[in-house]
Amino acid sequence: MTQQFYVSPEQLMKDRADFARKGIARGRSVVVLSCREGIALVAENPSPSLHKLGEIYDRIAFAAVGKYNEFESLRQAGVRYADVRGYSYDREDVTARGLASVYAQSLGAVFTAESKPFEVELAVAEVGASMTQDHIYRLTFDGSIADETGFIVMGGQADAVVEALKGRWNADQDFGEGIRAAVDSLRYDGGPNSEPRAHLGSQTLEVAVLDRSPLTTRGTVRAFRRVSNQELDVMLTPDGAAL
Amino acid sequence: MPEDAAATIGRAASTSFSDYIAAQNPAALPSARNAGNHAAGGADLAPHATTIVSLTYAGGVLMAGDRRATMGNIIASRHIEKVFPADMFSVLGIAGSAGIALDITRLFQVELEHYEKIEGTRMSLDGKANRLAAMIRANLPLALQGLAVVPLFAGFDTTRRIGRLFSFDVTGGRYEEQEHHSVGSGSVFARGALKKLWKPNLGEDEAVKVAVESLYDAADDDSATGGPDVVRQLWPVVYTVNGAGARRIPERTLAEAAEEIIASRSVSGREA
Repeated sequence: MTQQFYVSPEQLMKDRADFARKGIARGRSVVVLSCREGIALVAENPSPSLHKLGEIYDRIAFAAVGKYNEFESLRQAGVRYADVRGYSYDREDVTARGLASVYAQSLGAVFTAESKPFEVELAVAEVGASMTQDHIYRLTFDGSIADETGFIVMGGQADAVVEALKGRWNADQDFGEGIRAAVDSLRYDGGPNSEPRAHLGSQTLEVAVLDRSPLTTRGTVRAFRRVSNQELDVMLTPDGAAL
Repeated sequence: MPEDAAATIGRAASTSFSDYIAAQNPAALPSARNAGNHAAGGADLAPHATTIVSLTYAGGVLMAGDRRATMGNIIASRHIEKVFPADMFSVLGIAGSAGIALDITRLFQVELEHYEKIEGTRMSLDGKANRLAAMIRANLPLALQGLAVVPLFAGFDTTRRIGRLFSFDVTGGRYEEQEHHSVGSGSVFARGALKKLWKPNLGEDEAVKVAVESLYDAADDDSATGGPDVVRQLWPVVYTVNGAGARRIPERTLAEAAEEIIASRSVSGREA
């Protein structure tokens, strides 16, 4: 009979966290930012069909970095949670806070109890009637939850992107300006000491927005909208027309 | 553990909201109700919605419903709406037991939106019609107790670029209709009007007028169908669906159409 090695809980949790962080660091970053017209979600993603950004409900969107199969199953679970809640109660009873705490519980349970933690980091964003009513929740692999204001950056080298975005983002920007600031900042994800990468084109980006008042602008309560490559090309030219 | 792996894939493959809720919380489904073992008498038990007309026109399809709900010989509501957008490119009209029909409509709307979010693409028009047929089939036990729901479904087929129209029976039978169709107690009269008024390649404005006039004829001869109510300024609910999506026709247009019909009939001064 082999002897079971003793591992302290501290060591066990540290090893798991290191493992999850390493997995997340392999992917490219995602930026979620509030602006005047709503919330913009910007991801570096060369695939046109395997999405990192998704619609959850009327005013709620989802963004993720890490392992695709893991965050995709979390996204689908989120859509089911929201649709069941909206169907059993009412559409206005579905909130980002409720969804984020369900995600936090699932991620926390997997982190402590399963053999391998999820290698993902999530953002749940809900657009409000004004910017002060926007909610952006950030969820990490261990089930930690944070309520952020303004913008968040997720991914391996998030700190360098945050530094770059601080000087470029402000609350009065429209979607075009906000998305340009985010795309420009994503070039710095090589870390603080490396050179920024060349300009990112629409082919390697995935961009979606949550419109602040979709009912008046588009006649629907669903605020989530993917920004097409053509539309993005127009936005990424500095003096291009706003959308 | 190959069994477990297969089960995981099966769970992940399901994109249907109604299948999911049937497994998780079956009591939330409209078909979970039981009206008890009394003889068929649903008409007196709960409000009934009547007369939906639908017709194709150049570039799309239109659906219209009157505003009356009846409970036996009583008018239960003058404001009820029986035509709803199901998603961006389809609309749904309901005749029959109003409470159950409204629940089926809500479930159907969530079903389509759920599929769209999970799959990242819209369901095909035939797929939508088949899902609706399955929901009506699930309601068959209640239909046999007198609480039947008979929908009419119309949508724009984005691959074939045409408007299409489907009717259903209480067993979930699905029938594609050509040109125009009508359901509900006033449908025989509306159908007669549609036969005379409908022409190929109607414009959208003309199609609205044809729909309002056929509902007028249905209301004229069927006591369960409400006509245009000039006192309360209530007009039918009309939706059009074309390549740009579903659109509700504004009240003002409907008021004009209804008043035009009333005026022309008063002028001719005929009895029937």
